[in-house]
Amino acid sequence: MKARAGAPLLVSLLLTSGCAVSYQSGLDPAGTQAARITELWWFFIALLGSIFIIVMAMTVWPLFHRHRGINQEPLEQRHSPSAATERKLTRVVAAATGATILILLALIVLSVITGRATAGNQVTGNHLVVEVTGNQWWWAVRYMNDDPTRILVTANEIHVPVGRRILIRGMSQDVIHSFWIPNLQGKRDLIPSRITTEWFEADKPGRYRGQCAEFCGLQHAHMAMWVVAEPPAEFEAWMAHQLDRAPAPSDPVTQRGQEVFLGHACVLCHAIRGTPAAGQVGPDLTHLASRISIAAGTLPNTKGNLAGWIADPQTIKPGNHMATVPVDSEDMQPLLNYLESLK
Amino acid sequence: MSVLTEWRAPAPEAAEEQNALYRAWADGRGIFSWFSVTTHQAIGKRYIVTAFVFLLLGGIEALLMRFQLARPDNTFLGPARYNQIFTMHGTTMMFLFAVPVMEGMGVYLVPLMLGTRNVAFPRLNAFGYWMYLAGGLLLYGAAFTGTMPSAGWFSYTPLSGPQYSAGKGVDVWAQMITFTEVSAMCVAVELIVTIFKLRAPGMTLNRIPMFCWSMLIQSFMVIFAMPAVMLASTVLLLNDRTIGTHFVNPAEGGDPLLYQHIFWFFGHPEVYIIFIPALGMVSAILEVHSRRGIFGYPAVVLSMVANGFIAFGLWVHHMFATGLPQIAEAYFTAASMMIGITSGVQIFCWIATLWTGRLRLTAAMYFIFGFIFIFVLGGMTGIMLASIPFDLQAHDTFFVVAHFHYVLIGGALFPLFGAFHHWFPKFTGRMINEKLGKATFWVLFVGFNLTFFPMHLLGLKGMTRRVYTYPAELGWGPANLLATIGAVTIAVGGILFIANVLRSLNAGARADSDPWEAGTLEWAADSPPERFNFAHLPVISNRYPLWAPREQQGIVVGMRNDRREVLVTSSMDAEPHHRLVLPRSSIWPFLTALGFAIGLVGSVFAFSWYFVSAALGMIGLIGWFWPHRPVEIRP
Repeated sequence: MKARAGAPLLVSLLLTSGCAVSYQSGLDPAGTQAARITELWWFFIALLGSIFIIVMAMTVWPLFHRHRGINQEPLEQRHSPSAATERKLTRVVAAATGATILILLALIVLSVITGRATAGNQVTGNHLVVEVTGNQWWWAVRYMNDDPTRILVTANEIHVPVGRRILIRGMSQDVIHSFWIPNLQGKRDLIPSRITTEWFEADKPGRYRGQCAEFCGLQHAHMAMWVVAEPPAEFEAWMAHQLDRAPAPSDPVTQRGQEVFLGHACVLCHAIRGTPAAGQVGPDLTHLASRISIAAGTLPNTKGNLAGWIADPQTIKPGNHMATVPVDSEDMQPLLNYLESLK
Repeated sequence: MSVLTEWRAPAPEAAEEQNALYRAWADGRGIFSWFSVTTHQAIGKRYIVTAFVFLLLGGIEALLMRFQLARPDNTFLGPARYNQIFTMHGTTMMFLFAVPVMEGMGVYLVPLMLGTRNVAFPRLNAFGYWMYLAGGLLLYGAAFTGTMPSAGWFSYTPLSGPQYSAGKGVDVWAQMITFTEVSAMCVAVELIVTIFKLRAPGMTLNRIPMFCWSMLIQSFMVIFAMPAVMLASTVLLLNDRTIGTHFVNPAEGGDPLLYQHIFWFFGHPEVYIIFIPALGMVSAILEVHSRRGIFGYPAVVLSMVANGFIAFGLWVHHMFATGLPQIAEAYFTAASMMIGITSGVQIFCWIATLWTGRLRLTAAMYFIFGFIFIFVLGGMTGIMLASIPFDLQAHDTFFVVAHFHYVLIGGALFPLFGAFHHWFPKFTGRMINEKLGKATFWVLFVGFNLTFFPMHLLGLKGMTRRVYTYPAELGWGPANLLATIGAVTIAVGGILFIANVLRSLNAGARADSDPWEAGTLEWAADSPPERFNFAHLPVISNRYPLWAPREQQGIVVGMRNDRREVLVTSSMDAEPHHRLVLPRSSIWPFLTALGFAIGLVGSVFAFSWYFVSAALGMIGLIGWFWPHRPVEIRP
């Protein structure tokens, strides 16, 4: 029985560890909190895995113990072990139960300690507050600042400085979503009418992917985001750039592209700071071209993908709330050039 | 064989007095009588067969999901269809298969094991079955006419609210729950009374068979858990959807977390409602096939009782990610881990039974060994998930999918298959093919692990639940393909099982009343049992009456055979108290269920149908309780 179960176990272990990526994985921590949880996981596996093997060995032992009388016929209808055997077994079972209780108590203590360490809600003073609002099916992101002119609005991508504590304030515009960047920290639900919080701290620069973990409707599968952890200096530069308005069109083609954008229904939902476009329904596009992906992690941010997305969003992400806005074919190229210029 | 022949059914040519039993318990022929049946064997079988049909449907849905996820960016099912199918899969398995099939096993086996002739409320029993069937037909009737819920089997608000789930799918889902929960409550009430009051004389509390203990505990859990889900689905959700209340609508000050609390206050015990009867089956099968009484009877019973209590203190571990206060969460971590203690005690006692028994390795025992492997593994991941920091990583990922399939398929389905192989001779009068049974086990066991083991790793590698597709770059393709291959293997196992059942039904060797040389009373009745189970009600003085010397086996005398009489005994010591005449067969439970069903189905569309439901149900109940001079009472 065990040998046959072992085969798929081994195969699947090889397959998944061999192929799966490390930028969306709870086993490749890039932050202090995730690292603690991974340690806890390996401890669990070692301890509970050994117990499992022992219990299984005990279970199959009678099968390999010939004198236990497997399938021997005829046999007494009822077998009554001696009172001494029963007493001995009672002591063994009691001891095993005692051991179970002690192990579980230890695990509770360990779990609570790890929980306190990873909840990380000690006030540090120097933390960055990022407001994340779940929407069907994208993430609105707002960097808070005491200075209102330095509040940054963006979408589907969060940049964080390495080594600084981040406080996520989670909210939802519609249904329940869940914010989860496995390499950095466990998940936190975003619940309408409530504000939930989560702390994390990245300690390795890199790009980490996360996706919505609470079923939120039709396109739950395509509600992903990127977190980019970078050295503080790079982060500050990114921040300063993102706070800028969108660059003005520099040539006639992008000029035309901006006119196309402003002349179509795009502006009803999207905002581009520095232009009259100020829609609040969809993601802010001020620095669209600087982002890793479009459509909430659905497609890499390339010109071709952008063209496909604008022309036919309902095929790429069926049921999403982006309307198909008819754009004349001769207008498409300028529009794309303009959007690509929003570095 | 040292069993008293007086317990068995009399030969047809026996004395007139004995033949009266057949007449008193006869149901008559024809379609009208078919709807009037109130004997527990018939109703139990109907529950089991209906539940297996739903298992088949739920299994097909699972296969469809696995085909969609077999490779990245697959377009076999679109997002809308996929969401409907996973909702139907969860709903079917939880509400229409797992609970009813356990109820069915209980309804069939408990009266036999207790040495009585029927459940305490035979008409309520029939009513419960018809309500369950109506609920299943409502859900699938709607599904096949194009209306399917797609907000998950848990239907969290506000996603399931009127704004985000248009159409009637969620309403149908919510009202289907009313049906199945009413049915579960009926069974719970009648089983509790049966187990407390209709036991064979001499069957004191510490002689109750293990499976009956498990059904007793499960029934109490049903009574406390099921009202919560009806409150969540009907009062909160359905009223929000149909008459514009705002209990759980955050836009109007309602609280979506309130729904989650109430739902999981039901939802967690639900899992134990499914698997505690399975634990009882495991103990019962182990006793027979290791040819000794269960080791540590009081410890096992008390563990199950403790399981039943602790089950109501765990619900928040489904909500760790919602950001509840830490101190409360720590409490629920501790409570969740306590299940490890009560489950551990039972597993240790089973192992002790195995060690000191004389094993007979039947197909049923194969399933028990498979159960221990899968269930213990699922228990280990359960302990991990009880830890909040780890849960926050694993929650709502495929790790959790793997975990609960290990505990539910391992903890309930494998014992159920074992039970089916074990009690098949009792159900049908024929032996099930052992070789095919063992082959079924191996295919299911390998297929199961192939399907669900890779999911642990997928979850840790970031794959969230309920996604209809995933990008190729994330590298989840191979493990998902493996899982799909496993799912097909499980399907093959299912086909083997069905083939074995059909073949054995027609060509299996005839079974005598006690083919396994078992100890409990159900094996004293004929295979399959007559409608009255026992010609003379047994009197016992031992936990395993069939293993006891013949001089310790007795019969109740002085019962009338020309009406449906059972003996009521005291609830602690099972001392004879009085004779109770059970009602005859009746069409009214069916008509009452039909009346309620018409109204409740209508209420999906308009609130006023509740009045129709009340009126029609009332008419049914009047017919049900219409007083008439019982013809069988003669001076």
